[in-house]
Amino acid sequence: MDTETTILDRKTSSDHATLADKFNLDEPRVDWHDKTLWFIRKKRDKAASQLQEWEQLRAVASDIKNNVLANLHTYLLAFERNAQQNGITVHWASDAAEHNKIVHKIIEKTGIKQVVKSKSMLTEECHLNAYLKTQGIEVIDTDLGERIVQLAGEPPSHIVLPCIHWKKEEIGELFSHHLGTPEGNSDPQFLTAAARIHLRQHFMSSRLAITGVNFAVAETGEIVVCTNEGNADLGVQLADVHIACVGIEKIIPLRKHLGVFLRLLARSATGQPITTYSSHFQKPRKGQEMHIVLVDNGRSKRLGSADFRNALKCIRCGACMNTCPVYRRSGGHSYHYAIAGPIGAILAPGLDMKKHADLPFASTLCGSCSNVCPVKIDIHDQLYKWRQLLAQNRKVGITKRVGANTMAYILSHHTLYTFAGTAGRWLMKYVPFIISNRFNPWYKQREMPKPPEHSFARWYHQNRNFK
Amino acid sequence: MKVALFVPCYIDQFYPQVAIATLEVLEKLGASVSYPEKQTCCGQPMANAGFEDLTDPCNTIFIRQFSGFDYIVSPSGSCVLHIKDHLHSSANHEETSQIKKKVFELTEFLTDIVGVKHLNSKFYHKVGLHQSCHGQRGLKLSQMSELIAPDFSKPQDLLRMVEGLELIDLDRKDECCGFGGMFSVSEEAVSVKMGKDRVADHLQYGAEYITANDMSCLMHLEGILRRQKSPTKVIHIAEILNAGL
Amino acid sequence: MSSRDHILEVIRKNQPKGLPLQEIAFSDGEPFDKISKFTTVLESIGGTVIPINEWGEVEAYLNQRFSTEKRWVNLVPELRNLAPLADFTEDPHLLENVMVAILPGHFGVAENGAVWITEELMGDRALPFICEHLALIIRAENIFPTLHDAYTHIDKSQYGFGTYIAGPSKTADIEQSLVLGAHGPKSLMLFLITET
Repeated sequence: MDTETTILDRKTSSDHATLADKFNLDEPRVDWHDKTLWFIRKKRDKAASQLQEWEQLRAVASDIKNNVLANLHTYLLAFERNAQQNGITVHWASDAAEHNKIVHKIIEKTGIKQVVKSKSMLTEECHLNAYLKTQGIEVIDTDLGERIVQLAGEPPSHIVLPCIHWKKEEIGELFSHHLGTPEGNSDPQFLTAAARIHLRQHFMSSRLAITGVNFAVAETGEIVVCTNEGNADLGVQLADVHIACVGIEKIIPLRKHLGVFLRLLARSATGQPITTYSSHFQKPRKGQEMHIVLVDNGRSKRLGSADFRNALKCIRCGACMNTCPVYRRSGGHSYHYAIAGPIGAILAPGLDMKKHADLPFASTLCGSCSNVCPVKIDIHDQLYKWRQLLAQNRKVGITKRVGANTMAYILSHHTLYTFAGTAGRWLMKYVPFIISNRFNPWYKQREMPKPPEHSFARWYHQNRNFK
Repeated sequence: MKVALFVPCYIDQFYPQVAIATLEVLEKLGASVSYPEKQTCCGQPMANAGFEDLTDPCNTIFIRQFSGFDYIVSPSGSCVLHIKDHLHSSANHEETSQIKKKVFELTEFLTDIVGVKHLNSKFYHKVGLHQSCHGQRGLKLSQMSELIAPDFSKPQDLLRMVEGLELIDLDRKDECCGFGGMFSVSEEAVSVKMGKDRVADHLQYGAEYITANDMSCLMHLEGILRRQKSPTKVIHIAEILNAGL
Repeated sequence: MSSRDHILEVIRKNQPKGLPLQEIAFSDGEPFDKISKFTTVLESIGGTVIPINEWGEVEAYLNQRFSTEKRWVNLVPELRNLAPLADFTEDPHLLENVMVAILPGHFGVAENGAVWITEELMGDRALPFICEHLALIIRAENIFPTLHDAYTHIDKSQYGFGTYIAGPSKTADIEQSLVLGAHGPKSLMLFLITET
C-alpha cells in the first residue's frame, strides 16, 4: 500500500528526511557533531596511512569474508563442534524473538534479576533489554557510552560511539540526576571516575554477564571481544554465567585471520592501532557456565541475495558512519534503526522494507563509505540497488513515482523534451514566482538557476549546423 | 578522430555555455566534433530515484544517437559514469558495450586520450576545485582521500596549465557537495547544509570561482552562493580551459 | 525442524560459490626498530614503558610509586620479594582491593604496543582487569613486529583465555576526551627487560 501523499512524501514524523530536518534546526550543534565525526575519520586516515599495505589488507579481509559467505555452513558447524568440545553450550536463534527467549531462559534458570551487558549491536537489533525488562530482569549496560544513553532512555546513535551526540554539559547534568555528581560538573575525567565507581558496584554484584562478539573463530571455537574500557572482561570474569550473543555472519575461518581483522578494526573505527583489550575466550572459566547464542534474524535469507549478501561481511567498525557527510549532518537517530549510517541503510530494509524504505534515499551515493570499509562492502552500489527494489515494490511515494514517470516520458521524446525546456525557461524568466516560492523545496535556501535565452541545441542549430 | 558531444540534459537546457565551451575546447585541440541533435538524457535522474526500469527509452535514444563514433565526450562525470555502469539494451549488446568503452568525461579525455600537456588558456583568478564525487570515485578522475594510495588529479593537472590561475587549498578536499539528484529536494535540510559547508570551505581560502567537472554540483553551490549574495561565482572546468584558448 | 536445522538448511541453499582461502603474505615494509616502535606506540596510547636491566629496578620503581600498605599481587617468580602470591582458588571478587598486579606477559607486538597474556600467567582471569594498576613484564627480544607475526607464533596455542592488553583501560565517550582508567586498570606499566 502506498504511504500518504504529502509534499515530497513525508510519510510520518519518523522518516529520515523529517528527522534530519529537525536535527538541522540547531546549526551550531550540527557543526559540532559533523566536526567531531570528521575528526575521527581523519584519525582513521592517519592510522591507515601508517600501514603501507593498508589497501592490500582490505583486499585480504574482503577475500576472507567472501570465503566465509561461500562456506558458512561448514564454518558454523565447525565452530559449534569446537565450542562444544571446549565446554560451551551453543544455542541457535532464528530471529530476534527467539534470541530474546533463549537469553531469558538461561537467566531465568539462575534466578538472577540484574545482569551486566557489554556492547552488542546484535542485542540492540533484537531489543533484548526491553524484552528482559518485561520479564522482570534489569540489564545494566556497562560501556560508558551505552550507560549514558541507557540512563537517558535513548538508543545509541552510533555503533562504536553510542553517545557521540551528547555534549559533556548534558552528560554532567544526567550524572548529577542519576549518580549524584555535583551539579554543573562537566569534566570528563571527573564524570568517568564517577561512572567507574557506579559501574564497579554493578560488576561486583552482578553474577551474569552478557557480551557481544567481534569475531568467532571456526577453527578453534573461540570468540574474541574487543573493548577499550575492559567492561566486557570485568563483567564476565566476576560472573557465574557468561552469555555471548553473535550474528552468524561474524564467523571467521582461522585463528590467524584475527591478525588481519584486528589490524583493521580499531584503525577503521577510531584510528587506534588496537583496542585496549582483545580478549579471546576459548573455554569457560572454572566453575562458570558459558553460552553462545548464534542468531540468524534475516542473515541466512540475505545470504541468498547476490545483490545484498556483501553486507554480511560487516565487522561493525563504524567507519562508514564517520565518513558519511549525511550521517554527520543528520545524526544516528534519524535512521530509526539499531544500526545507522550507510551500513544501516542497506541492512534495515532487509528486515522491514516498509518501515525503512526511506533509508537508502538518505544518501547522495558519493561512495565515500565503500572506500573506507575495511572489508570492501559495496555499500553505495547496494544503496542504488535497494532504490530499484523499493521502487519496484511500490515503497517509493507517489510523488516520486509520478515525477519519475513524467520525466521518463518527456525525456523519451525529443520534441516534448525540447518543448518542456523552452516552456520551463519561459516560466522562469517571465513568471518566476510560479517556481520560486515556498512550495518549492529547492527555493527554501537556494536561488534557482538563471534561465538562459536558448538551449545549447538551439545555439548549435543556429551557429554550427550548416547542412 | 570523430568525437560526439554528449550534452547532459540540464546543461542543454540551463547551462548551454558549458556545452559551447566543451565543444570549442575539443575543436581547438583538433577534434572533429559532431553533436547528435536528437539526444535527450542519459537516464540518471530516474535511475537514481529507483526507476532504472523506466530508462529503456532513454537508453534506446542514446544508443541510436551515439553509435559509430570514435569517442563520446561529455562535460559531466556523473552522466558518463551512469552510461558506463548502467547503459543497457536487450537488443543491441555489441553496440552498447562499444559505447561504454568510448564514453569519456572531458578532463579524462583530454588527459588520457588527447594527452594534453600544455594549454594556452588564461584565467587570472583564485579558483577552488570541487571534486565531484561520481567523477572522482567512479571514473577515478583523481585520487580519493579514503584510499592509502598515490595522489593524482586529472582536472587539477589541466588547471595547473592555465596561465594566471591560482588553485586554493581546502580543508576537506573531496567531501560531497550534497546535490545528489532528487536528494537535493527530498532531503533539503541536509543537502543545503552540505552545500553551505562546501561553500564556506572555498570562501575561507578566498575562492573567487568554484569549479568542478559536474555542473549539477555547481548549480547547487551557486544556488547557495547567490542566496548568500556572495561575489564568488561558479564556473565549469570546460569554461576555464576554454578561456583565452 | 529445530531452529538450528532450519537455519543450516537455508544457509546451505543460499550460500554462493566462492574461491578457496589464499595464503596470507604481506611484503615486508620498511624495516624498523621493534623495541623503539613498541615503546613509542605504547606510550602514545597511555602506557608507561620502563626499560630494565635487572629485577631490582622493578622493585625500586614500584616501591617509589605505590604504598606497600595497599595490596599488591605478584605473579613473577623473580620478584617474589615484592609480594606474596595471592590465593587464586578464592572468589575473584576478593581481588577488588588489589592496588597493583604484577604479571608476566608472553610477548609484545610493536605495531600496536600490545602484550599477549594467557590465563596461566594471570593467576585469576579477573586480575588484569580488576586491579587498580597493572604492571606487565616482557623481554625486549620477545617483541613481534606485527600482529601477523604474533598469530603465527600462537597459531596452535591452547589456552582457555588469552588477551592482548594495549595500555591502561580508557574511554573517550564523553565528548571524545580521552580518559585513562575507565573500568579496568588506571595505569599500565610495561617493564621491558633489555639485558640479554
